[in-house]
Amino acid sequence: MRLEVRKTYKLLIGGAAVRSESGRVVPVNGPTGTHLANVPLGSRKDARDAVRAARGALPGWSGRTAYNRGQVLYRIAEVLEARSLELAGVIAHSTGTSIADATVEVAQAVESAVHYAGWTDKLHAVLGGVNPVAAPFFSFSTPEPVGVVALLAADLPSLVGLVDPLCAALAGGNTVLALVSAAHPLAGLDLGEVLTTSDVPAGVVNLIAGDHAEVAPHVASHGDVDALIDASNDALATELERRCATNITRYRRPGAPCSLEAVERTLELKTAWHPVGS
Amino acid sequence: MSAIPYAPAPESVRPRLRTSYDLFIDGAFVAPRDGSRHVTINPATHEPITEVSHAGVADVQAAVDAASGAFPAWSALPGAERGKHLFRLARILQERARELAVAETLDGGKPIRESRDIDLPLVAAHLFYHAGWADKLAYAFAGRNPRPLGVCGAVIPWNFPLLMAAWKVAPALACGNTVVLKPAETTPLTALLLAEIAQEADLPRGVLNVITGGPETGAALVRNPGLAKVAFTGSTAVGKAIATELAGTGRRLTLELGGKAANIVFADAPLDQAIEGIVNGIYFNQGHVCCAGSRLLVEESIADVVLAKLARRVRTLRVGDPLDKNTDVGAINSPAQLARIRALVASGVEEGATLHQSDCVLPDRGNWFAPTWFTDVAPAHRIAREEVFGPVLAVMTFRTPDEAVELANNTRYGLSAGVWTDKGAKALRIARRLRAGVVWANTFNQLDPTSPFGGMRESGFGREGGMAGLREYVEL
Repeated sequence: MRLEVRKTYKLLIGGAAVRSESGRVVPVNGPTGTHLANVPLGSRKDARDAVRAARGALPGWSGRTAYNRGQVLYRIAEVLEARSLELAGVIAHSTGTSIADATVEVAQAVESAVHYAGWTDKLHAVLGGVNPVAAPFFSFSTPEPVGVVALLAADLPSLVGLVDPLCAALAGGNTVLALVSAAHPLAGLDLGEVLTTSDVPAGVVNLIAGDHAEVAPHVASHGDVDALIDASNDALATELERRCATNITRYRRPGAPCSLEAVERTLELKTAWHPVGS
Repeated sequence: MSAIPYAPAPESVRPRLRTSYDLFIDGAFVAPRDGSRHVTINPATHEPITEVSHAGVADVQAAVDAASGAFPAWSALPGAERGKHLFRLARILQERARELAVAETLDGGKPIRESRDIDLPLVAAHLFYHAGWADKLAYAFAGRNPRPLGVCGAVIPWNFPLLMAAWKVAPALACGNTVVLKPAETTPLTALLLAEIAQEADLPRGVLNVITGGPETGAALVRNPGLAKVAFTGSTAVGKAIATELAGTGRRLTLELGGKAANIVFADAPLDQAIEGIVNGIYFNQGHVCCAGSRLLVEESIADVVLAKLARRVRTLRVGDPLDKNTDVGAINSPAQLARIRALVASGVEEGATLHQSDCVLPDRGNWFAPTWFTDVAPAHRIAREEVFGPVLAVMTFRTPDEAVELANNTRYGLSAGVWTDKGAKALRIARRLRAGVVWANTFNQLDPTSPFGGMRESGFGREGGMAGLREYVEL
């Protein structure tokens, strides 16, 4: 009988699969207590490194054409679909859900990626436009990414709960630091392999597994995080929102899956004016 | 060059003011339950104008209760009917515009030229614009289901008192919400006149409530659990306190906070227009403007000529009686604000920047500060980093467009910015790279109800004006 080759799970920071700088790992067990893997336990320093990577990747990603960002998001959908058996297996093993339900969840994640792939070049028409000001000026408003988005994924569903708000933020041109499901981190970390084979530039998405109560408050008060999308547990919510208030970091709960609201939460509107002569 | 002598041209209209104002709650002026009475003074003369009430906690509760009571009927009213109420308010505001402009100038110190030609026309325009939306919300949010939020608490500043009231009240009412409005402590008058106009217009009682008072009144309103939303315009420090207070409550919040806008002048700019833009950018409304162009970034090769032209132009600004129609720069809003301006200007001198001031003659009584600009400013100086909220400009130079963008974005704020260049592509490219909610290219301080206004970063979140502004007053 052949001995299977196990995977060493890693974080994704700045396009590289890395261990936690802290050297810490935690065992991840399945619902019956079977040991599945050791997962790096991300630290506050890992989060800071991820913010740096996301900030560095922001000009390039937000500067791409909306069309190109849509293409990359659609590529995420393609690669997700191609790896759906594998991901469904990981979800089922790690969370105890049935393979059938896990397969549905992966399909939903694919649908989310496709949905947001199509939003990238419609946001300007739906949320912005020309303002008919009562003076001789051309005034127009365009949505822009808020910048570096920190995303706290829910415990469950461990994959689509991450993919939906992540793709929404990417559609708007943001770069992301995501704390994957704290209870079930495997599918979220596996998503890193999908992203790195989907033309997502290095640093645009950074994935960290860890204890949200340890890392998230630090992320919320980080001066270079522009918005926090909090799908994590309610126990932390008020503290995180308070910490966000210290920098006027936008604190938002996630929008509904496959919705414009989910994208809106990661956008700013810029209005520009120029004289047109009278 | 000193100011050319002009004969005085005093505004002769006088507003109809009562000798004492109660709180406007549930459609009637009522004496404060647990509040107190205070005199509001004219910052240009230090003379008392009239007496107003400061709402206590029980007054705030009564106002929120009145707004809650009015919400079911108001939100159930057909949109077209709500719209007609707003159109009617807009018309009365136009009819009484001059009187309101004078009241604004008396109470706040801004030149009558500005309150008459900018504040009041924009107030009416905001009401008209949002009146039209009331029955068209389904078009604004196609494919979604816009519903009102409930009672909105609006806490507004003293720099554009009635205009800020209009920015909050018009979209809130158009979307079917009811409002408790708390004007600033030093400028309560026009909000009270707005309350009288609401009575005159037969606006259903409780739909708009006006509670005057100081910071404690605002704090009591903001933390009232009966509110569905808080809309605040004011300082970043207070904005952070409100955001902290509301954390975990699920109540909606929009914040329009401070700014430290960069006004970037390239060597290829139309210079005379740019000088007008710089002057308007910082000395408009005594610099009591959150989007004021308080940092001038000028391309090094033209710095000397720009500074010479600026010095010449600033000395022609007429500083003095706000009720004189010739006045360009009026009174500083309050002694407290004057003290803040003086302290920051002193820090500029201490930190090594070079002080320049207009040689205008300032009146003996009232709060006054001469138009001021600093050269030899370093980005680390307090006058380059902190919002002065007064007629004080910090001038810095740059050599490349990249450096200009770097300097402009080197702030925790992100409300507005200006770009002056003759090259269209350059203006658009720079505008795109500036982290600011509003970018004016070859103009400055333009506002319009159709045009969303609001900040990025520590200048707050949410927009006012346009469809984006409506979005902040509906549930979808």
